[in-house]
Amino acid sequence: MLEEDIASANVGLDLLGQARLWFAYASEIDGRSEDRFAYFRESDDFRNLLLVEQPNGNYADTVARQYLFDQWHVLLLAQLATSRDTRIASIAAKALTEARYHVERSSGWVVRLGDGTDVSNARMQAAIDALWTHTGEMFVVDEGERPLIEGRIAADGESLRAPWLAAVRSVLAEATLVEPADSWMQATNGGGGRQGVHSEHLSRLLAEMQVLPRTHPDARW
Amino acid sequence: MIHDDRSAAFDALTAAAWSALGDVLDPELPVVSIVELGIVRDLTCGRDECVVTLTPTYSGCPATRVIEAEVRAAVSRVTDQAVRIETVLAPAWSSDWIAPEARAKLAAAGIAPPGQARAAASTIALREAIHCPHCGSLATEELARFGSTACKAQYRCRDCREPFDYFKPH
Repeated sequence: MLEEDIASANVGLDLLGQARLWFAYASEIDGRSEDRFAYFRESDDFRNLLLVEQPNGNYADTVARQYLFDQWHVLLLAQLATSRDTRIASIAAKALTEARYHVERSSGWVVRLGDGTDVSNARMQAAIDALWTHTGEMFVVDEGERPLIEGRIAADGESLRAPWLAAVRSVLAEATLVEPADSWMQATNGGGGRQGVHSEHLSRLLAEMQVLPRTHPDARW
Repeated sequence: MIHDDRSAAFDALTAAAWSALGDVLDPELPVVSIVELGIVRDLTCGRDECVVTLTPTYSGCPATRVIEAEVRAAVSRVTDQAVRIETVLAPAWSSDWIAPEARAKLAAAGIAPPGQARAAASTIALREAIHCPHCGSLATEELARFGSTACKAQYRCRDCREPFDYFKPH
């Protein structure tokens, strides 16, 4: 338990570090500081996937969320590492070395819990079933992204779907889990996390993360 | 000639600054220097300033700010020049850059040094057998993918029964 608690914190630390690299680049373009991006945006200004704002739940829920994300993250970063924007490419290449390690760990836990006891299998299956619907928007391309994709600056989300599904199917099979029978995935057209339309869970996460700098706007840390 | 004298002086200063950085130990692995770890990518002292180029081991490494402060302090001990720190991400840091002497120091401190980082293109996860840093046995097993810091995993020796940290190939 303690080991996995530390592992989750370390993965989180990697992802926070990566977020800072992206925000630092965004700041240079946009002019807002890293802290403005993180602490002073409202939930509908965030563009994260609905998947990653889902609650921790039990450990199977946490692992399933991490795995479904990690598997997409490595594919996304591998494509961004070839971006024509050298800054994007260098951040993605750096992050990819970390994301590869994340997906090895999270897929390993999907297998251990899926192919574990009856209870762990049932919980892992329930977690995959519940989160599945939130994975569709990972592959949706916004009209605004098209020129960036054609310019080989941004990644083509649609092209990630097939390799993601193949990898996930292979892990689910090894874990003796079944692909969710209800294959409906939320593929948003103007109504998902990428468009700033979020579940209530994001507001609670942001409240906890933003309370200090909003209460003490000049606080230094 | 004047120009040559100057550049010779700058070279000497650069060498002194490199030497000073050799004394800066990694805050989380205080047996090896940041130069031995491969974090210092470049160092040039010129007319106006010393520019130190660093690369992070892990994006979220909490030691980054401490290392920057210690780099400033170390270079400032050998020169009055301003110290500027630049951070580069490409090429991404690899544990393959850790110097051979540093590997021996890690092992002596009870931290198994990293095996070869796997080629970026490989999708096959290979697990090398890891030597126990205490008794040298290869009968070791992974306890957890992450250890006390982002750069380490936790292992256990099945022969001498001691747990140990393994510096992850990265």
